[in-house]
Amino acid sequence: MTRKLYAFNGGIHPEGHKDVSNAAPIRSMPLLARYVVPLRQHIGSPARALVQAGDTVLRGQRIAAAEGYVSTAVHAPTSGRVTAVELHPVPHPSGLYDVCVVIESDGLDQGLEFQPLDWKALEPSALRNRLRDAGLAGLGGAVFPSYIKLNPGAARGLDTLILNGAECEPWITCDDRLMRERAGEILQGVAVMRHMLGAREVLIGIEDNKPEAIAALRAAVVAGEAEIVTVPTVYPGGAGKQLTYTLTGRENPAGARSTDIGVQVFNVGTAHALYRAVVLGEPMLSRIVTVTGHVARPGNFEVLLGTPVRDLIQAAGGALAGASGEVVGGPMMGFDLMDLAAPITKAVNCIIVKDRAHFPARAPALPCIRCGACARACPAKLQPFELYWFSRAKDFGKTQAYKLFDCIECGCCSFVCPSHIPLVDFYRFAKSEIWEREQHKSGADQARARHEFKEFRLEREKQEKAEKLAAKVAENRARDASADPQAQAKHALVQAAMERAKKAREGIAPLNTEHLPAAAEKEIAEIEARRHATEAANQETAGRE
Amino acid sequence: MLSAILVMAGIGLVLGGVLGWAAIKYRVADDPLVEKIDAILPQTQCGQCGFPGCKPYAEAIAKGDADINLCPPGGEEGAKRLAELLGVEAKPLGEGLEPKPKSVAVIDDQTCIGCTLCIQACPVDAIVGAAKQLHVIVASQCTGCELCLPPCPVDCIRMEVVKEDLASWKWRYPIHAMRRVA
Repeated sequence: MTRKLYAFNGGIHPEGHKDVSNAAPIRSMPLLARYVVPLRQHIGSPARALVQAGDTVLRGQRIAAAEGYVSTAVHAPTSGRVTAVELHPVPHPSGLYDVCVVIESDGLDQGLEFQPLDWKALEPSALRNRLRDAGLAGLGGAVFPSYIKLNPGAARGLDTLILNGAECEPWITCDDRLMRERAGEILQGVAVMRHMLGAREVLIGIEDNKPEAIAALRAAVVAGEAEIVTVPTVYPGGAGKQLTYTLTGRENPAGARSTDIGVQVFNVGTAHALYRAVVLGEPMLSRIVTVTGHVARPGNFEVLLGTPVRDLIQAAGGALAGASGEVVGGPMMGFDLMDLAAPITKAVNCIIVKDRAHFPARAPALPCIRCGACARACPAKLQPFELYWFSRAKDFGKTQAYKLFDCIECGCCSFVCPSHIPLVDFYRFAKSEIWEREQHKSGADQARARHEFKEFRLEREKQEKAEKLAAKVAENRARDASADPQAQAKHALVQAAMERAKKAREGIAPLNTEHLPAAAEKEIAEIEARRHATEAANQETAGRE
Repeated sequence: MLSAILVMAGIGLVLGGVLGWAAIKYRVADDPLVEKIDAILPQTQCGQCGFPGCKPYAEAIAKGDADINLCPPGGEEGAKRLAELLGVEAKPLGEGLEPKPKSVAVIDDQTCIGCTLCIQACPVDAIVGAAKQLHVIVASQCTGCELCLPPCPVDCIRMEVVKEDLASWKWRYPIHAMRRVA
């Protein structure tokens, strides 16, 4: 059972620190008095709240529904009363607030009756809709709604389904513990995935620094169900594209999806959540989170989504003296937490409490010396130094020419940079600027189209009005000219009267018009001119009619 | 000698014919420069440049009747891109023109009398309503041009600056300590 593995370009070997948290089994947390459940826990549009302040909810009740295609539902983690649907701190690098459902627990933890899904009998699209309503999103970090990825799409089945158990980021051990303790459940989830995608082959990639997890899965797997592949420990070996390359030798062309090369990648945690959603019928209410670093009892916890980070750190024995902040995610790709009140979401796999020894302040940056170390380390085979210069100069066209969007922001380049330049920060800046510009562009295009349509509409209305008027005039004229002798006689009478009046007017000479001063003469001349003009105009109109 | 002249003349005629045919067949109907300028303009249709919309301003720039720095919503950046397109010197925004933060109009539903004047003024049809019915602005379509403010007889429309939220948040330009060398 030896499979040829492929080594991707670059990568780094940071200190693992996995043993800090991977020894103890997954612990559960006591029920809290209050949960804060954000509506935006996934990539895409936020879910639409189905509850409001004052409502009572049960554990597992859907409190927000998927809104739009790239979206997924959100559920109540326990029973209680909704006290507010309001802006609240969330785990996000910006520190901005987002809309959350705040649930005051009633302490009873009453749940809905969960119905297992008959996944073999269900229509694929019906099954996917159930998964969307179960709130399933990828737990590897991107939190992409899983129901979309579980759609095999047009005709041809998938070549390879890859389960990502590499967990390459230092400090994080939640997937490791999950694989050790719940290998059977993961494999049941994998079976559902395979059924939905029609995958010919299933590979579970695990880095060789997790021998216990590998052993546990090998013990649980049935021959032919899936192949457990040990991959070398190198960061970022657990990134989707890199793991795909390691296992299959297939590379994503720039901008392509993994399904374009016949591969779909899921995190092992997602497979476990899928097992729960399908086999137990339970929506996504919790996930495994690593709490590690400078805390009293580091380890992994089964955490209800919506648990404030402060309470989670408390459950791990609290931060030790000398703690210097918290990181959400790993040290390579994570970000600093701004507010301990922020809740755990589907995206949060790890909370690291920092101390100065392990997380020293960033050294001041020096100018780039063009050493090329970043290019040698880049797993996406990009040229980070070029991207850095262009991002710094805000030359976004050039950054795209150098394939900025193939950058996975893994942080290898910043890690190896001898000048300590925060390279990834520049790429993130450039990416969000480009996204904003694209948004502005499409907004402007829409505005242009709407404006042009409005002008077209006004013109059309004007034309329609003119046509209507012309039609009416024509109709009147036709009626006048036609048959009805009475109307004709009347018309002739009116005409004759008008003629007479005109003649009479012409015969009258105005009084007191002799020997006037020049100013008065001039005024009279002007008035006469105006009168003639009006008469001429009147006659013209009459003639037209 | 004669055959050479005939051959050369023949080639000339054929090529001339091809060129003439191509000139008719592949004629560019519109002035592409206007389109290119219009693509850079932000399409707010606000008229702050003194022209009744972005397209007329683009036409004026293309003719050379208007300067490139008259568009406040486009800002310095827009002027810079126009300068690049036209191969002229970039310059700061014209006198008295100040870019404003992106805003949308909001109708106060307590005050609106349903007169439809703002609906007629809106250049992008972003206001929904009918006579004697409450009018509402479709925020996602509002360009923030402020053209609906003056016609409102009861002053019930106000401009609200669009706040940053998680969806519109951007990574900032990295500011990091640099060590002084030498």
